[in-house]
Amino acid sequence: MSLTLAAQINSVMAALILLTAFGLLVQRRILALLHLFAWQGFFLCVSTAIVGYVTGEHHLFISSLLTLTLKVIVLPYILYALIHKLKIRKEIETLVNIPMTMLIGIGLVIFSYHLTAPITQLSTLMTRATLAVALATVMLGLLMMVTRRHAVTQIIGFLALENGLFFAATSATYGMPMVVELGVALDLLIAAFIFGIFFFHISTTFDSLDVDQMARLKEGD
Amino acid sequence: MIVYSFAIEALQLLLLLLAAPAFAGWVRTVKCRMQGRSYAGIFQPYRDIARLFTKEVILAENASWIFRFTPYLVFGVTVMIGGIVPFISTDLPFAATADVIALVMLFAIIRFFTALAGMDIGTAFGGMGSSREMMIASLAEPAMLMAIFTVSLAGNSTSLTRMVQVMAHGEFVIRPSLAFALLAYIMVHLTETGRIPVDNPSTHLELTMIHEAMILEYSGRHLALIEWAGQMKLFIFSTLGIAVFCPWGIPASNDLLAIIGGGALLAVKLAVLGVILVLIETGMAKMRLFRLTEYLGSAFLLATLGMLSFFILE
Repeated sequence: MSLTLAAQINSVMAALILLTAFGLLVQRRILALLHLFAWQGFFLCVSTAIVGYVTGEHHLFISSLLTLTLKVIVLPYILYALIHKLKIRKEIETLVNIPMTMLIGIGLVIFSYHLTAPITQLSTLMTRATLAVALATVMLGLLMMVTRRHAVTQIIGFLALENGLFFAATSATYGMPMVVELGVALDLLIAAFIFGIFFFHISTTFDSLDVDQMARLKEGD
Repeated sequence: MIVYSFAIEALQLLLLLLAAPAFAGWVRTVKCRMQGRSYAGIFQPYRDIARLFTKEVILAENASWIFRFTPYLVFGVTVMIGGIVPFISTDLPFAATADVIALVMLFAIIRFFTALAGMDIGTAFGGMGSSREMMIASLAEPAMLMAIFTVSLAGNSTSLTRMVQVMAHGEFVIRPSLAFALLAYIMVHLTETGRIPVDNPSTHLELTMIHEAMILEYSGRHLALIEWAGQMKLFIFSTLGIAVFCPWGIPASNDLLAIIGGGALLAVKLAVLGVILVLIETGMAKMRLFRLTEYLGSAFLLATLGMLSFFILE
């Protein structure tokens, strides 16, 4: 596999990650959101493996495998079990309408391209071009957390944001040290369990996972 | 030599006129087969058009010249577009006269006059169809232009022949931007040719129809010309997609053998494309009119992402 071909495949993966980030932003149904999130994790894992293969940094294979198990299998499964248990079926309500969200998203992509342009010029890594995509994924995850009302979608937004950070680490410096990555992975897993407990509490207290309800904490409002 | 290339141009126009109904018939046949209905064969559109030509034209009393003029304009402009899109050879004398932006504008002229003719008679259906068509057009056109700009960035030119040559004979590079542009183009293709998630091509007298509502008052040879032009539009949009996104096999010279080979390859590609179209149509339900902003918004988003990823990743 020549370097340029690997770089091309890597940029295709980056494009797909960006596409799934937008998919997460515009998708209404919660199960489809989960699928998209799993796909994003899968593209991330492929991209990491390619970078690992080309650069010969073997710890990237381990983090790629970690991504596969955690973000493609375990986390979507936990969220799926939660959704199933809490019987969440209805369409997700958004604060801003979807075409508007898309336009804001495009603006964010341009912004992050502008922001990373100087870094990209200084860097000599093969993956330097994907840094803008990684930053855009972070921003889009943040935007998703802001524009959605539902607790589960906000968590998916948070996890997508983390995907973006991971991708940024791979594209800017060929990955974080192994210890840090293991720590982050463990954190995510713990976070998923804590989310689950929170979901149960929110839904038993308010009979819904709409976080707007949490604005009324006082009684007799 | 110049006479010879004009002969090739004439051959392309002849092919367009003759093959367009067959392609429409092929799509209908595959669709019927897929849905377990009996079908009339791929030559049924020819019979329909021939029958309509022999029928008498019935005009409404208050029809103005616009109503009578529109079918000829629609037909003429469609044939003209067919002369510009290089699908049997890239060495066409007409192809140099207009680039893709002009092509989009020519489609806009057709739409403008069809919408005017729809309102000209003053029936409720016509006006409704026209207003819907214009709403959809205002959303579809930016997406179409964005998709085309992405491809012209990759091809370094807005001229169709140049784009096809760069794509077909240049170095092969995997380009994510073109994949995005292709997805956006497919969505716009379905919109512009009035197919299922947007409009239903086989419906008459239904409250949800768009294109059929505008041409409801046409009869006889007028209707024949409009239907024929519609089939050519489907053919042109498909060949335009093939020429831009999958041009391998379109010959760069006017060598007759190469053209015959290219034509055979084009037929195969069109047959496959027809099946893909039918798969999309059978797999999807018609969308509510007000969901179309989201559908076409996504097409615009995809096209813009394509353009951005050209700058970011390539």
